[in-house]
Amino acid sequence: MAGLELLSDQGYRVDGRRAGELRKIQARMGVFAQADGSAYIEQGNTKALAVVYGPHEIRGSRARALPDRALVNCQYSSATFSTGERKRRPHGDRKSCEMGLQLRQTFEAAVLTQLHPRSQIDIYVQVLQADGGTYAACVNAATLAVLDAGIPMRDFVCACSAGFVDGTALADLSHVEEAAGGPQLALALLPSSGQIALLEMDARLHEDQLEQVLETAAQAARDVHTLLDRVVRQHVQEASILLGD
Amino acid sequence: MLKSRTFLKKTRAGGVMKIVREHYLRDDIGCGASGCAACGSAHEGPVLEPQPLDRVSSLCPQPHYLLPDTNVLLHQIDVLEDPAIRNVIVLQTVLQEVRNRSAPVYKRIRDATNNQEKHFYTFTNEHHRETYVEQLQGETSNDRNDRAIRVAAKWYNEHLKKMSAENQLRVIFITNDRKNKEKAIEEGIPAFTCEEYVKSLTANPELIDRLACLSEEGNEIDSGKIIFSEHLPLSKLQQGIKSGAYLQGTFRASRENYLEATVWVHGDTEDNKEIILQGLKNLNRAIHEDIVAVELLPKNQWVAPSSVVLLDEGQNEDDMEKEEERECTLKTAVSEKMLKPTGRVVGIIRRNWRPYCGMLSKSDIKESRRHLFTPADKRIPRIRIETRQASTLEGQRIIVAIDGWPRNSRYPNGHFVKNLGEVGDKETETEVLLLEHDVPHQPFSQAVLSLLPKMPWSITEKDMKNREDLRHLCVCSVDPPGCTDIDDALHCRELENGNLEVGVHIADVSYFIRPGNALDQESARRGTTVYLCEKRIDMVPELLSSNLCSLRSNVDRLAFSCIWEMNHNAEILKTRFTKSVINSKASLTYAEAQMRIDSSTMNDSITTSLRGLNKLAKILKKGRIENGALTLSSPEVRFHMDSETHDPIDLQTKELRETNSMVEEFMLLANISVAKKIHEEFSEHALLRKHPAPPPSNYEILVKAAKSKNLEIKTDTAKALADSLDQADSLTFPYLNTLLRILATRCMMQAVYFCSGMDTDFHHYGLASPIYTHFTSPIRRYADIIVHRLLAVAVGADCTYPELTEKHKLAELCKNLNFRHKMAQYAQRASVAFHTQLFFKSKGIVSEEAYILFVRKNALVVLIPKYGLEGTVFFEEKDKPKPRLTYDDEIPSLKIEDTVFHIFDKVKVKIMLDSSNLQHQKIRMSLVEPQIPGISVPTDTSNMDISEPETKKKKLQK
Ligand SMILES: [Zn+2]
Repeated sequence: MAGLELLSDQGYRVDGRRAGELRKIQARMGVFAQADGSAYIEQGNTKALAVVYGPHEIRGSRARALPDRALVNCQYSSATFSTGERKRRPHGDRKSCEMGLQLRQTFEAAVLTQLHPRSQIDIYVQVLQADGGTYAACVNAATLAVLDAGIPMRDFVCACSAGFVDGTALADLSHVEEAAGGPQLALALLPSSGQIALLEMDARLHEDQLEQVLETAAQAARDVHTLLDRVVRQHVQEASILLGD
Repeated sequence: MLKSRTFLKKTRAGGVMKIVREHYLRDDIGCGASGCAACGSAHEGPVLEPQPLDRVSSLCPQPHYLLPDTNVLLHQIDVLEDPAIRNVIVLQTVLQEVRNRSAPVYKRIRDATNNQEKHFYTFTNEHHRETYVEQLQGETSNDRNDRAIRVAAKWYNEHLKKMSAENQLRVIFITNDRKNKEKAIEEGIPAFTCEEYVKSLTANPELIDRLACLSEEGNEIDSGKIIFSEHLPLSKLQQGIKSGAYLQGTFRASRENYLEATVWVHGDTEDNKEIILQGLKNLNRAIHEDIVAVELLPKNQWVAPSSVVLLDEGQNEDDMEKEEERECTLKTAVSEKMLKPTGRVVGIIRRNWRPYCGMLSKSDIKESRRHLFTPADKRIPRIRIETRQASTLEGQRIIVAIDGWPRNSRYPNGHFVKNLGEVGDKETETEVLLLEHDVPHQPFSQAVLSLLPKMPWSITEKDMKNREDLRHLCVCSVDPPGCTDIDDALHCRELENGNLEVGVHIADVSYFIRPGNALDQESARRGTTVYLCEKRIDMVPELLSSNLCSLRSNVDRLAFSCIWEMNHNAEILKTRFTKSVINSKASLTYAEAQMRIDSSTMNDSITTSLRGLNKLAKILKKGRIENGALTLSSPEVRFHMDSETHDPIDLQTKELRETNSMVEEFMLLANISVAKKIHEEFSEHALLRKHPAPPPSNYEILVKAAKSKNLEIKTDTAKALADSLDQADSLTFPYLNTLLRILATRCMMQAVYFCSGMDTDFHHYGLASPIYTHFTSPIRRYADIIVHRLLAVAVGADCTYPELTEKHKLAELCKNLNFRHKMAQYAQRASVAFHTQLFFKSKGIVSEEAYILFVRKNALVVLIPKYGLEGTVFFEEKDKPKPRLTYDDEIPSLKIEDTVFHIFDKVKVKIMLDSSNLQHQKIRMSLVEPQIPGISVPTDTSNMDISEPETKKKKLQK
């Protein structure tokens, strides 16, 4: 009878987080040996896998090659078992294409593409389990995978979503919170410079509130950065120990 | 990011579709006790007092906090709200259960929590690392929650022990569940039932009265035999309803007969819409407005609705045999045709109990603490309550809440909640009528008031964004005298191209009331401002209604403007909407505005503006009437109050001036323009208002009545009706036309709000407009606030929010608004009725001319034009011999002895106040002229003061 209370009077969200807190993040790099780079990330119950090939020569029509920089090719897919309700999502449906496009925009802004003219970088991302914030998880996974592949980037790209409930901005929305239908914002940030690689919002939000939501998302993205940075350092350390042996 | 916090992650799974949700446990949730070192750095500010010593309990002499379980919160909220109860820990588990089970109680708890004096603390135990419990295999969620509550109670006691060993702060678990209490005590938690605890508060004996008396299941006192059959559990009812064995409907008790009720069956099936229930056993403890499941009885047990008036007057008690005797009197022999589907209640789907107003009928037994309470609403059964203060409560209006109705009890059990004051006292009676019509009228809570702008308030640079500065325009407002909540202001000026620019400026209330906050929720709940005879119950706090939103003269105010460019024939050439800032140049009354228009000497800009408006309004009105808009009439009464005693000293019908209709005309135009705009922009979720055409049968009475006066009223279309009403004139009887219009008003349907995506018929019959909405009174109607928000989004002046574009939410809102408007109307009528009584109480007995509005089988309904007062003249009285009455439905007419009465006949009636029933005082009317021997009363009311009203009458006639 009563709908779900997204934010209690005491300031707790449905899953017990406070407004600005992220879900638990776990990540691993180099999960596949065959690929040039790969990474796996869990943000709460959202799980994503990213694989990177390249830079390599343009596949298919040569006409697509860019004279001054590398072509970034992104493909997104989600596993049929990724959501509570099983749905067959063929490759190339509207949602996947859109997501692919967004990822491509994000990484064209971050990867130093001019270092590899006339070549191609492939980023494949698959969502294994979706529980809100799929775009953010994809970006974060892809960032790790690109780093794993050793492709030079301007900076990490760290993404996080944010929403707005009862006058409070919430960071890193879970599926339940997304489904409630409030405004949502997805932000991909280059944390060191504070530059925005991608900003997307699909509901109307008053500009007075935009600032608050944006800041919440940015802070969350910076928090993600701290974490990813730790993951990368640990990975490098492990790798160097292996090499040292 | 996670900083020093440790998170443990648990997942909950269940249901057919697998739902996996994360559940974080934290170690940074404080216990809420001030002075607790362990929780010093926790987020929440301490709420509970360190030394709660104000309560002295004989059971627990140490300082302590209370920790109630869900059922205590749900049923004993009246006790918890008492100022004596403070320092209570409300667990999240408990709060969530309450939220799911009772929205009103949930709201009351939130209000208590927000009240700093109460020291209520909400402990988020479900996310606390040490108090979270997982559901065990085979454990019901109820048991799991009970266990969670006990774990939290135990944790609290141990936690507080750590805090300081010597001050022995304890947490007492309050539960009425015997098993739960036993388990708690086993686990070392101090636990009491609510009753035990309240009785131990020796300093507050009055609290005992407020205890809900619940016969706990299992230890039902077996005093007396079982009267009623058992209510089936919900699961069985639902099964039965699905299979068609039972029907679900709303239980409506009869006002006249306590042994009879009807059930309105939900759903669309045409037959069996209404089911009759007769006899206590078949009513089976259902109470007015409950949602019940009924089973139809076999056809040979069907009955006809009885026309007997039966009041429950027995004093004591459980005397069922007498009842059965009475029930037999209902079963009079009737023709088979009259029999209606008859049934019995098999179970209750949802109770709709509320606190009831009424009076105590003191028990005859002197020392008795059990008394019966008689609610003011006759549809509610009498309620048995236990109180020690019966003698003080006698003759007072009190509020009582029902707690339950055991199977072996003739009456439901309840408890005393509040004393409103002496019966007949003006304030008490106002309170009663507000409560009985469910008009929310408590002072606004702190949470609501905290959202008001801080004074002194002024318009800032930021507010000017998306807003036009219209302060240079010559805007003025026209309202009734004494109006402090000015919603609307107008202007009219000539443009360079010779056309006219007309602006309607409406208070920008949605600027102050932001979607979803406490202020918004409270306004939405209230739905409308309620105007009583000498009191106004505001929908929004006074700072807004009478100051910041009110478009007073010579101050800058925010407005939402609708601006038209028109030619001199009042044809709209352009329409635009904008948020604006205005500065009204004058707040006029209707009379003042009229005077300016009529005055030949005044030619200032305000007056020219008014004249321009007036001219256009006349053209607009003419066009509207040609389209078939109805001008109906309902007598409206106005009281002249004595300035000191606030007693009504005179009654007068409202006067209407040209300027009234001038303002009205532009409001209608603005509403229509806005309706078009928001429907264009939001075809699925615009909030509109419609007025359905009445079914032809509604008009029968009007047509027949007119026919009896040799007039023809056509009702095929609104236009035909309007035209034939215009032509229905009688030279010898000038008041006839007004009477016809009054009658026509009664034939109309109720206009309602609706969501455009949920309906296809938008037509407004009365206004003859294909689309309509309410935009012009956002200070006093919530619908207008939503319309403002929609329009603001449509013109890009404000942002949208999810609820605004959800049609089911909007439909839900419309339902509440329609209900509130209806209730406000009833409350208003009740207030007029009460003041009419006061008026006639001071006036004594008077005789007045009246016209017959309706004839009934045993009565005449008459209207007294002088007071705009309607009343019923009965011809059947209890202790008098019944006159010969012949009723003819066709004409319609009523023959009393040898005199025939028709609708619209002129009669003379005597009016007096009947106070024989203290709780239900009423105006009694009796016939004076024409004289019928043995029926009519003598004209001469000699010993009464009749000269005074006579002179008054003359004055009025001048
Ligand atoms: Zn503590």
